[in-house]
Amino acid sequence: MKKITRRNFTKIIGATGTASLVGMPSLVFGASKKVVVVGGGFGGATAAKYLRKLDSSIEVTLVEPNPTYYTCPFSNTVLGGIKNMSDIAHGYGAMKNKHGVRVIHAKAKNVNGNSKTVTLDNGRKLDFNRAIVSPGIDLRFDSMEGYSQSAAEKMPHSWKAGPQTALLRKQLEAMPDGGTVLICPPGNPFRCPPGPYERTSLIAHYLKTHKPKSKIIVLDAKEKFSKQGLFMSGWDLHYGDLIEWRAGSAGGKISRVDPQNMQVETEFGMEKGDVVNFIPAQQAGQVARDSGLANSKGWCPVNQVTFESTLQPGVHVIGDSCIAGKMPKSGFSANSQGKVAAAAIVSAFSGSSPIEPSYANTCYSLVTPDHGISVAKVYKISNNSIVGVKGSGGLSPKKENVMTRQKEAEYAQGWYDAIVQDMFA
Amino acid sequence: MKKTVLALLLVTITFLPHVVSATPDRGTLLSMSCAACHGTDGKSPGAMPSLYGKSSKYIETSMLNFLHGKRVGTVMNRIAKGYTEEEIKLIADHFEKIANN
Repeated sequence: MKKITRRNFTKIIGATGTASLVGMPSLVFGASKKVVVVGGGFGGATAAKYLRKLDSSIEVTLVEPNPTYYTCPFSNTVLGGIKNMSDIAHGYGAMKNKHGVRVIHAKAKNVNGNSKTVTLDNGRKLDFNRAIVSPGIDLRFDSMEGYSQSAAEKMPHSWKAGPQTALLRKQLEAMPDGGTVLICPPGNPFRCPPGPYERTSLIAHYLKTHKPKSKIIVLDAKEKFSKQGLFMSGWDLHYGDLIEWRAGSAGGKISRVDPQNMQVETEFGMEKGDVVNFIPAQQAGQVARDSGLANSKGWCPVNQVTFESTLQPGVHVIGDSCIAGKMPKSGFSANSQGKVAAAAIVSAFSGSSPIEPSYANTCYSLVTPDHGISVAKVYKISNNSIVGVKGSGGLSPKKENVMTRQKEAEYAQGWYDAIVQDMFA
Repeated sequence: MKKTVLALLLVTITFLPHVVSATPDRGTLLSMSCAACHGTDGKSPGAMPSLYGKSSKYIETSMLNFLHGKRVGTVMNRIAKGYTEEEIKLIADHFEKIANN
């Protein structure tokens, strides 16, 4: 028998590279700890990094179709001509090289909590002890008469950052001065509740500076919206009658879109736009729905302490796809949930019960590049539900001096720099 | 028996340096929320103040001042109200601890 020297041992163990080195302690200590994370956005990227940070003996595989991730947060600054697409683009280099996460650029088709396998669209299967599903939203193209995937090439939703963002920006650049932009936000619940109104603000900023005879009409499905008072007083201050917002009951509600003629139908008649940003209703990402993780409304119910699905064992759903009590569907929420889920999985692997979680959300919006506003909340568990901590958070003050608004705009950028580092660096 | 325990201990120690593997404590969990604005481990890459390297006393005092309205902030005065004084202490201790390790 060949003597196993220390050198040989390293050779044998190291034969298949770092993956086996990572796996080594689990072999020594018994059970294997494999986690497959589906989706490399605010939820998934955070969870993958923090799983490795909390317990480097866990083998983490991240499945994400795109090698470059464009963040929805700050995509409105691209629409407003303040930033470029490259400013919101991020890669997975550090995830692989620094954090030892195996990254597979493929689309996950199915996640099975019983056989504990993720099936990719190329047929490949990945097995896991735990999975985290964080696919974000899918747009419900069937939710509005006249809208479809091809209609979105004429009336972009731009509610997933990437080519749709670039397309809407191009349309705004091509629009003549004196043109009309229609922005059509959906009813609740949807990704990033203040997003459509920050978008309205930053497009208004672009128009005011470059095409001052133009106007924006917001045709809203809702009666009220996130940070409404702060946005509307900001609009009055900076944009005057450039922006007109119509509540659902005041002609805002849309019943049909007509991309050929760039029109939308409201209760008060047809409204025509030179640029139409129609944001449809949403649901959990396809892989979550196809894997039986969603309810009849298209969202995923989860245990509020661990984010483990109530429909599939061993599969955790985080981010926009999941139902997380009082937390809004935001990048910050997904980041927070990614960490809570990672910690819960680490606890489960070590056979201990999950630690009492704490969650947070802070959401900055820009009214102009120098006028920032925010809403914040700290969340906790009460009776197995995620509720806001009483007295915590809330909105920026309604009356505030120019310097504080400017400070909040600087902190908006500070937040962005920090959270993308927290996910990708 | 003693020898076995010792041997096991040795094995454990040998492997420990390669592996971070422990159930996170509540201080760690609470502090992870901070990272979304202040950077991973409180190392801020931008406009937000870094928490990494700050003493427990400094972070605790700052947070208590925000909590009790003795310090004016843009958002931290609102966020501090989401935590108890005990939780603030756990967070403050966590940041001091990771900088010392």
